[in-house]
Amino acid sequence: VEMEKQVVDGLREVFQSGRSRPLQYRKQQLGALHRLITEHQEDIEQALKQDLNRNTYNTSLFELISIENDIKLAESEMADWAAPRPVKKNLNSALDDVYIKPEPLGVVLIIGTWNYPWAMILQPLVGAIAAGNAAVLKPSELSEHSARLMKELLPLYLDKEMYQVVTGGVPETQELLRQRFDHIFYTGSSAVGKLVMEAAARHLTPVTLELGGKSPCYVDKNCDIAVACRRITWGKFANCGQTCIAPDYILCEPSIQDRIVEEIQKTLLEFYQTDPKSSPDYCRIINTRHFDRVLALMNECTIALGGESDRSQCYIAPTVLKDVLPHFKIMQEEIFGPLLPIVTVNGLSEAIQFINAREKPLALYVFSSDKTVIKRMLAETSSGGVTVNDVLMHYTVDTLPFGGVGNSGMGRYHGKHTFDQLSHHRACLIKSFAMEGLNDARYPPLTAARLRKAKFFMQHRLCSCSGICVWAVIANLLAIGLLVALIVVLNVNILV
Amino acid sequence: LNGRGFVVWELFAICEVLERLRGAFRSGVTLPVHFRLTQLEAMMSLFEDNETQIIEAMHEDLAKPKFEAVLSEIEIVVNDICYAISNLQSWMQPTYVATNLATKLDDCFVRREPLGVVLIIGAWNYPLHLILLPLIGAIAAGNCAILKPSEISRATEKLLAELIPKYLSQECYAVIRGGAEETKTLLENRFDHIFYTGSQSVARCILLAAAVHLTPVTLELGGKCPCLIYGRLDMKAAAKRLVWAKFFNAGQSCVAPDYVLCTAETRDALLPFIKETLESFYGSDPQQSPDLGRIVTDRHWDRLLELLKKSEGKIVIGGESDKKTKYIAPTVVVDVMESDALMQEEIFGPILPILTIKSLDEAIYFVNEREKPLALYAFSDESQVVNTVLERTCSGGFCSNDGIVHMSLPGLPFGGVGASGMGNYHGRWGFETFSHKRGCMMRSWLLERVNVLRYPPYNESNLSWLRWATTAKKKGWAGCSVM
Repeated sequence: VEMEKQVVDGLREVFQSGRSRPLQYRKQQLGALHRLITEHQEDIEQALKQDLNRNTYNTSLFELISIENDIKLAESEMADWAAPRPVKKNLNSALDDVYIKPEPLGVVLIIGTWNYPWAMILQPLVGAIAAGNAAVLKPSELSEHSARLMKELLPLYLDKEMYQVVTGGVPETQELLRQRFDHIFYTGSSAVGKLVMEAAARHLTPVTLELGGKSPCYVDKNCDIAVACRRITWGKFANCGQTCIAPDYILCEPSIQDRIVEEIQKTLLEFYQTDPKSSPDYCRIINTRHFDRVLALMNECTIALGGESDRSQCYIAPTVLKDVLPHFKIMQEEIFGPLLPIVTVNGLSEAIQFINAREKPLALYVFSSDKTVIKRMLAETSSGGVTVNDVLMHYTVDTLPFGGVGNSGMGRYHGKHTFDQLSHHRACLIKSFAMEGLNDARYPPLTAARLRKAKFFMQHRLCSCSGICVWAVIANLLAIGLLVALIVVLNVNILV
Repeated sequence: LNGRGFVVWELFAICEVLERLRGAFRSGVTLPVHFRLTQLEAMMSLFEDNETQIIEAMHEDLAKPKFEAVLSEIEIVVNDICYAISNLQSWMQPTYVATNLATKLDDCFVRREPLGVVLIIGAWNYPLHLILLPLIGAIAAGNCAILKPSEISRATEKLLAELIPKYLSQECYAVIRGGAEETKTLLENRFDHIFYTGSQSVARCILLAAAVHLTPVTLELGGKCPCLIYGRLDMKAAAKRLVWAKFFNAGQSCVAPDYVLCTAETRDALLPFIKETLESFYGSDPQQSPDLGRIVTDRHWDRLLELLKKSEGKIVIGGESDKKTKYIAPTVVVDVMESDALMQEEIFGPILPILTIKSLDEAIYFVNEREKPLALYAFSDESQVVNTVLERTCSGGFCSNDGIVHMSLPGLPFGGVGASGMGNYHGRWGFETFSHKRGCMMRSWLLERVNVLRYPPYNESNLSWLRWATTAKKKGWAGCSVM
């Protein structure tokens, strides 16, 4: 029997024993996960430095804070999240208990990716644990130091009979995907996303796909261009551009293109000084395959800033490309690297058209001081999420659902949304045997009277849709009646 | 004409229809609330003006009694339309969310946006309900839609093809008719959501087709819905509700109680009440009753008779049948074992197997050994029993001491889990299913000085400030939110 099948079968058996049902157990596991992160922060930072040359502060900011926040939130809110959620009733169910009961799904598979190897696996895991599921974690083999560390540390803190790490490459992932899970949570590329969904189809397994795309960034001529460029530079070049929601390309009018280049240049100097290669705050490309891929995208383009590279270090300088045309290779795929193309458009309408001619992106950014520009951009485009006048930040608000649409994915998570995504929302109607008389209306044999009665009690509407609200009228009549009674009583008192 | 009698040009027409609907969606015509309300009101008129034709079509397809047609095809849909009309404005409002310290000056909200052009594939057992109820959600959410009704319920298919273009905007909504081949061709196209009601085997094909385009799907499938009857009971009421739920639409409901699990004593006490109820509902000769439905096609009738023949259980009530009228009497079979033919597939007919168990634990174990069903029922006057079943099993929906009715409450989401499906709808849930929830953050231009904390060159002190500002505060902490 394959190792993967054994793992999944074992987890399912323990799940079915009901071990993760008590909230106390789930909180315990989350607490242990928290300790893992705090006690091994340095090891994690080391692993990320080896994987991506990630700076320790970058690691905390981009990965560990989000995970810790999610854990704390889940610990304090879990009881509310897992409690039955009552819903509105109709006349027929006035005496019944009607609610939605969140329940665990079973064994979930979480497939991570290499750009934020800890956050992309552990944030979904927090929700999986909180919702009472068992989980198989499959970290990306490309960020191999993190994968190895995760495999070593997790069983030291979490219940290894409920949560397991499976490492390996494509063959191991394919074998895992042949097993039956109750939900698959995948972060990665659209191409592989399709394969995951295909594999899931065999077992009718629901999936959450956090994919990518080219996240456009429209800079309106009416805005504080200096501030806009600082924020864009930060979001684009953090993690060396290897962020699924990084602003992929800029759309702007030709008149402000040079100003934008100028401001980005200023900012780059401030952030990474004259030689980004020697800055401790600038990362590297994950491996030579991606290095070659990204470098090749520069081919037809006019370099406005940067362009230097060093294959031995997988280093590509922060690069800005101007006057990029839509048919260039760099505009055909997600860049996922430190190249920032600027495509010029003649105004907002053309920008909106440009965006809508392409696949729906994971994120969309618009910089403008003009509210009408923002309103139009929101109303006339579609994307997973939006940040206006900044980049990346909608990711950090855990009350906002985070996810894609169309080619950028399906499903959403963060905070309570992860809990909801990895739960089954079971509709419950608790009736008693009483009030059987009411039920008579629906039983055969049919009579006109029975049908009328059945229709009346089924109705959720107490008003007819043509406007006359029976109950409103009755309420008003009662109110008038009471008012009259009050006046009479007062008058009687006065008279007396 | 191709060999199956469908006009071949319909296959090319699919592309044309899709283009038309995409163009309409792109033009933004479905976005304003006014448009959506007008379409929903038009749907109401469709029902009000054509009640007789609808009842006739139901009768032609399934010999559906007028009573059932009115309750389960007209009333339930009209209720949902009203519910959508009265709540649409509020559903469409962006919902503002709480922010953390670092983002206090920003506006964070979730917009509900339409997906685009959606495909709704119906089923034959509730041919109007199962295609129009999802349509309500699709329209309310601002999408365009293609409806693909089941070709098995012919009369309803024809009626839909005639009425939908008459009442709803032809630019935005279309009905496409056809069988398996046409559906397969339809699925090669790209949709923004696919909503399918039907069987597990077809669902797999649909998911595979959807994977090619990364199209999200909602699957409303079936399975064997168990009915556990245990402990102290009001036998008479239990029998009435069980019989009603089981034999409604001649057992052809995805949420009909498929089989019963109870002790031998309960079974013996229940059977006379079941007999009594059947007589009061359908008279001494159910074949003469105008209130009992028929099986949809000869093929389905054959399948059911085959199951009955292969079954090793004992028929204690009913068993009669008539191929000509596709009639099968309300039938109860006892002494059914786990390996029986009746326990190998979803029955979807008026045959009720009763399996005997010795304890509640045994019944729960039996249920949990099987695929998660669309609905699970527990009949008992003892709340402890009901709670135990609820806690220790899993199913799409759950109802105690009654059957089917949980799906008539628009406040409850209706959908399966595991093999019984994914996603849900009804009421607001339909609106949400066909919407994209877009998280939006409007940052202020101010406080750029605070943003400095996150920019390189990185240092430890900036990090501590940021940590403090972005960390989730403990519940109930009366924190100062002055930056």
